[in-house]
Amino acid sequence: MWAVFLVLFLPLFALPLLVVLGASFATHWPGVLPAGLTTDNYRAATRGEALQALTTSLLTAAGASLLALVVGTWAALAGAALNRRYRRLMDALFVLPVAVPSVVVGLSVLVAFSQPPMLLNGTRWIVILAHTVLVTAFAHQSASAAIARLDPACEQAAASLGARPSYVLLRVRLPLLLPSLTAAAGLCFALSMGELSATMMLYPPDWTPLPVLIYAATDRGALFTGSAVAVVLMAATLLVLFAVSRVRTRASYR
Amino acid sequence: MSIRFDSVTVAYDGNVGSLALDALDLTVEPGEVMALLGPSGSGKTTALRAVAGFVRPVSGRVLLGGRDVTDLPPYRRGIGMVVQQYALFPHLRVDENVAFGLRARRTPRGEIRQRVAEALEMTGMAAYARRYPRELSGGQQQRVAIARALAIRPRVLLLDEPLSALDAQLRSGMLAELARLHRELPDVSMLYVTHDQVEALTLADRIAVMDKARLRACGTPRELYRAPTDAFTASFVGGANLLPVTVGPGGVSFAGAELKVETGDVVAGARATLCVRPHLVGLGAGPNQLVGVVREIQWRGATHRLYVEVDGHAVMADLRELRDPPAHGESVSLHFAAEDAVLLPAGVVGDGR
Repeated sequence: MWAVFLVLFLPLFALPLLVVLGASFATHWPGVLPAGLTTDNYRAATRGEALQALTTSLLTAAGASLLALVVGTWAALAGAALNRRYRRLMDALFVLPVAVPSVVVGLSVLVAFSQPPMLLNGTRWIVILAHTVLVTAFAHQSASAAIARLDPACEQAAASLGARPSYVLLRVRLPLLLPSLTAAAGLCFALSMGELSATMMLYPPDWTPLPVLIYAATDRGALFTGSAVAVVLMAATLLVLFAVSRVRTRASYR
Repeated sequence: MSIRFDSVTVAYDGNVGSLALDALDLTVEPGEVMALLGPSGSGKTTALRAVAGFVRPVSGRVLLGGRDVTDLPPYRRGIGMVVQQYALFPHLRVDENVAFGLRARRTPRGEIRQRVAEALEMTGMAAYARRYPRELSGGQQQRVAIARALAIRPRVLLLDEPLSALDAQLRSGMLAELARLHRELPDVSMLYVTHDQVEALTLADRIAVMDKARLRACGTPRELYRAPTDAFTASFVGGANLLPVTVGPGGVSFAGAELKVETGDVVAGARATLCVRPHLVGLGAGPNQLVGVVREIQWRGATHRLYVEVDGHAVMADLRELRDPPAHGESVSLHFAAEDAVLLPAGVVGDGR
């Protein structure tokens, strides 16, 4: 069992990451191991252009996942009140951006928002919007699943106690959904942090997310600098995910 | 406040072909405890949910204190409700759970504190106010659920199998608690849904027996137990021997034996059902004697239950613990007093096990 795990896991998942980690500390890679160990790559990866790209990525991901969470949860709550046929239709609509290649999503967002009155092309908002469209599917799916698991007896108890639907939503349903929603937020954030293909088609010069920078660096042959930036991206994402996972809500103690 | 069902009909998914409740007419008087007793699927919970507002009747009206509430949403009915699975809010402390209804109604802060304390005191949960539901046992959680329902001072309390999730010992304790609550709150009408006849007999002022979406019988526990009007009620409210008999002059005949019982106005020659409670059947010779073969003996500590086959019919007898119980296959005599038998005019539906 463990042998199978190691044989599969090491080469497929761990090794590439280790290679990136090794490359980020190297100046060249002559043989089996990287050589010319240095931290210069990191010096370049944590200042100037790279630092700005990191901020851009963090802001984009935070904005997109927050928007996706609000839209996705709202839609899931509305969908839960529909009958089954319409709910299926709505689920399908929300999955669409995931089913369609993200390049297509990027292109469609570009075409849709390149003309007045909705002229967003060339602004940071088009990037955030595209990311939101892409990750809302996951937020919607997590929220739908969590809503389906809610105990209707709790809501009915609240209603019988005289709580109108808005009060039940605010004081019972949302607090009970919170653990699932924070998990969904983490997922959306991670996805947005790594989004490249749609971003490539949309980003304005003053709003370059980190993955674009990594792509540009490797494209011009600066593999080791690119590796360092990649490690920074990985670390930043994991750090935020870890922080989100620490957000415990009272409902999660159930 | 009175609860009145005025020919309330409820259908599953609006499909009139499968009725969950078929034209129920029933009135619960102010301050009365009415038990809705029946097997699962009999429509008793549906009836309760129609009062709470969670199911909409396809026809008929629900009235609370004379006011038609059929079209009111649940949150505007002012009803206390306690369900089998407690349904406490897991993210709120006990005192917050109890305060929930008061907060939702924008009760002033000082009054909330006082009424939460009062409700917790009444259910004996004052010491647990700052705990979370998950830290409480099932019985304690149900007490909190009752406190939460009582805090809004409802004049109608709906209880949906509130004791079914508790173990037997806890159940009898909670039953006594509920009886005490009823004495302390004489103005609160209670609708108590249960499938347990002991709960219904202990707690209720009247029992409504339901079966297959219909009301079968309604009366005081004593009436239903001592003088059931149909075979289903007889077998569901306390166990019963239901014997198919033919009515004769001044008695009935069963399996060739002539039994002296009150025949009332049932005409001679008609087929009818004789209901005899197992604990009123005696062993040995006596009046209204039946002879049969012992098929099964169950020792239940304080009693022995005998299943005696009399002419192909199983007759149950609950006897005070026997020093020398009869053996399997032994031939024994059973007897019962004429005044302990009730003649039901309809035919036999089941053998009442």
